[in-house]
Amino acid sequence: MESIVHLRAAVALIGRFPALAGADLDVDHGEIVLLRGPNGAGKTTLLRVCAGLVSVSSGTAMVLGEDLVRNRAAVRRRVGMLGHATFLYEDLTVTENIDFWARAAGATVPDGRAALDRLGVASRLWSLPVSALSAGQRRRVSFASMLCRRPELWLLDEPHAGLDSDGRDVIDDLMREAASVGATVLFASHELDRAGGVAHRSVTISGGVTVPDAESFDSVGIADLADEVAP
Amino acid sequence: MIRDAMLVAAKDLRLERRSKIGLAQVMPFAVLVLLLFAFALDPDRNILRQATPGLFWVTVLFSAVLTLQRSFGVEAEDGILDALRLSGMAPAGIYLGKVAALVVQLLALEVVLAIGVAVLYDTRFIGIPLLIGVSITATLGIAAAGAVYGALAARLRSRDTLLPLLLLPLLAPVLISATRGFEVSLERETVSGWPWAALLGIFALVYLTLGSVLFRPLLEDA
Repeated sequence: MESIVHLRAAVALIGRFPALAGADLDVDHGEIVLLRGPNGAGKTTLLRVCAGLVSVSSGTAMVLGEDLVRNRAAVRRRVGMLGHATFLYEDLTVTENIDFWARAAGATVPDGRAALDRLGVASRLWSLPVSALSAGQRRRVSFASMLCRRPELWLLDEPHAGLDSDGRDVIDDLMREAASVGATVLFASHELDRAGGVAHRSVTISGGVTVPDAESFDSVGIADLADEVAP
Repeated sequence: MIRDAMLVAAKDLRLERRSKIGLAQVMPFAVLVLLLFAFALDPDRNILRQATPGLFWVTVLFSAVLTLQRSFGVEAEDGILDALRLSGMAPAGIYLGKVAALVVQLLALEVVLAIGVAVLYDTRFIGIPLLIGVSITATLGIAAAGAVYGALAARLRSRDTLLPLLLLPLLAPVLISATRGFEVSLERETVSGWPWAALLGIFALVYLTLGSVLFRPLLEDA
């Protein structure tokens, strides 16, 4: 079966700096893959490359069958990305934001409302401007706006950040559900104990280069990874 | 593309309705500029009446820069430019939607300014059809060119100071043509003013075409 993500010697420049300096990665259909590594290792850049937001200057980069070197815009509608930014308009209400992004992506208003429900965003918050929400509530709304797009590939950068325990559980459940219905999840996290319980395997990135399998946690298994970081 | 344009225009107008930046800040600023011109130029209103067309459009241009900064400032916040790129909406649709919302806001501003010059400068509008024709084509030109440069400056930290530097020289032909058209509509001259409206229409058309084509690369990372 063709990989959902297939990178070979992929180089991506931020200005002149090679944020990705020859990354190799294969992610198969329905997999949940944890991307791990220290700050500045290139995790966010790798996710942005897969979303078609950052250009690949050399190497091979195929995502969802699209060649990102030739046309990185082609993949954008089919991926969902949750980054450090919320992608929300501060002055619009929760429902106005969700309705806009749902309709922009070709989804319906009910899809957006269902996503808010699924993320546990209380209906009393729906008419509030986003600027009045807490960081965790914004994160949930942001996740809902991604969810209603029904993406084939989920690209999540620190998805648990800023969320309470219930919110983290919801995100974990959603990732598992997505994978069970055929979507693919690639996420970056520093919270290895929680992430280890969700991911099927992990890939380490350091200095813009993915570490070969033998040196990564693939060789020891994801359960060992969770044990390793447990207090 | 039309669906995307309508979606973006409705969103921008909703943002304005919620934030009231145009109503509470840009409009008072524009009226204040008219008032300052009145203080500076002529208490007995003779010079003001003669200079009304130019002062009106200079005020519109200054206010348009503020409106543009707001319009593209919100897109630069919190990763929204990335979200727009990921949305799958046609870049030309996003551009035309932004232009449509800007046109609505600027036309509303011009109505207030027209009342302002009538009250403060004792100006009487006579050639109303020409006045409307010039206003619509000039506003379309300002919005069409402004949206191109607004998008260009949106990612830059210095966008607030860079945008007027880029935009105002470019809009000089609009200022000249709109002022001349207004002079005719106020019966300052006897020649027909419609060629000025046509010139403004051509300017708007050129920038609408350019913007529709260029907005995709403008949305991308530099």
